[in-house]
Amino acid sequence: MAATVITITSGKGGVGKTTATANIGAALANNGQKVVCIDADIGLRNLDVVLGLENRIVYDLVDIVEGRCRLRQAMIRDKHTPELYLIPSAQTRDKTAVSPSDMIRLCDELRPDMDWIIIDSPAGIERGFRNAIAPADEIIVVTNPEISAVRDADRIIGLIEAEEKGPGQLIINRLNPKMVQQKNMISAEDVVDLLAVRLLGVVPEDKQIIISTNNGVPVSIDGTGLAGEAFRNIARRIQGETVPFLDLEASKGIIKRFTSLFGSGGN
Amino acid sequence: MSNFLDQLFSRKSSSASQAKDRLQLVLINDRTALTPQAMENLKDDLLEVLSRYIKIDSRAVKIDLTSQGRQQRLIADIPITGPQKRKR
Repeated sequence: MAATVITITSGKGGVGKTTATANIGAALANNGQKVVCIDADIGLRNLDVVLGLENRIVYDLVDIVEGRCRLRQAMIRDKHTPELYLIPSAQTRDKTAVSPSDMIRLCDELRPDMDWIIIDSPAGIERGFRNAIAPADEIIVVTNPEISAVRDADRIIGLIEAEEKGPGQLIINRLNPKMVQQKNMISAEDVVDLLAVRLLGVVPEDKQIIISTNNGVPVSIDGTGLAGEAFRNIARRIQGETVPFLDLEASKGIIKRFTSLFGSGGN
Repeated sequence: MSNFLDQLFSRKSSSASQAKDRLQLVLINDRTALTPQAMENLKDDLLEVLSRYIKIDSRAVKIDLTSQGRQQRLIADIPITGPQKRKR
């Protein structure tokens, strides 16, 4: 076994990096893969709460780097998916506590025992981002179909290319199919056209994401909604399967179908 | 039905296509690190150099940045009106 390191980044904050990390990690582990997710957002720890593991933290990323614990001691095993581990970030330190070479060393130590190492990058293009992409074999850029997020994604893609970290792959998160249909949201095709990178998946806006985050269980293992399905498909594509993209416009729930009979659904 | 109405009323320019058009320009500026002002200066300088060698119709000149995939291209269409008188 020699793990592939995937870094999930975005430039802009709040587009869903942590949600994507948790869901892709959980879906891969659910497919029988050994996965460790690393929260590289030092000082703004969040992956622990999204995975529902906040009460189990004893050691963190900075403790490993500074030699206060062994690697294994800081790896928290997930409650629901036994092959999923979390290395939490430090909450009371800042990004200078870790260097890009620390991250490379840490991942090299993890590689033999894992299939996938998924790094949740902080927003921005500074030290924290450099730390997160340093060990990456592949980089996934998350964006929303919205002007500022797409612009920042383009900047990040440019930086990844300059670092010779490959072209990167794109996840368009929080797409609202109805708004796209009404031409009030940039379509996934247009985003791909503008950014000119390979599309890994489109995740629709879904209330289930907020509910599952409240519960600390990723939708990709728990949810029946479209977002969960989209993340499961992304995980399968990462594993090398060819999975067709979800037809977001055709997918209507029973209630929507019912209301559209009376003309109020609008689609 | 509402789809039809949407299309009828979105004749002007939908907010999605506005966003796309604005992004297209912003991304080209970001990728080349050329502001619209710098682009104007580039055009002026380019024409000044060219007019040392050839006579050009500066009002008919078209110089634009376009993108193909992640590559930017400077495309210039410069009509030549005649030879420049040699200054030796």
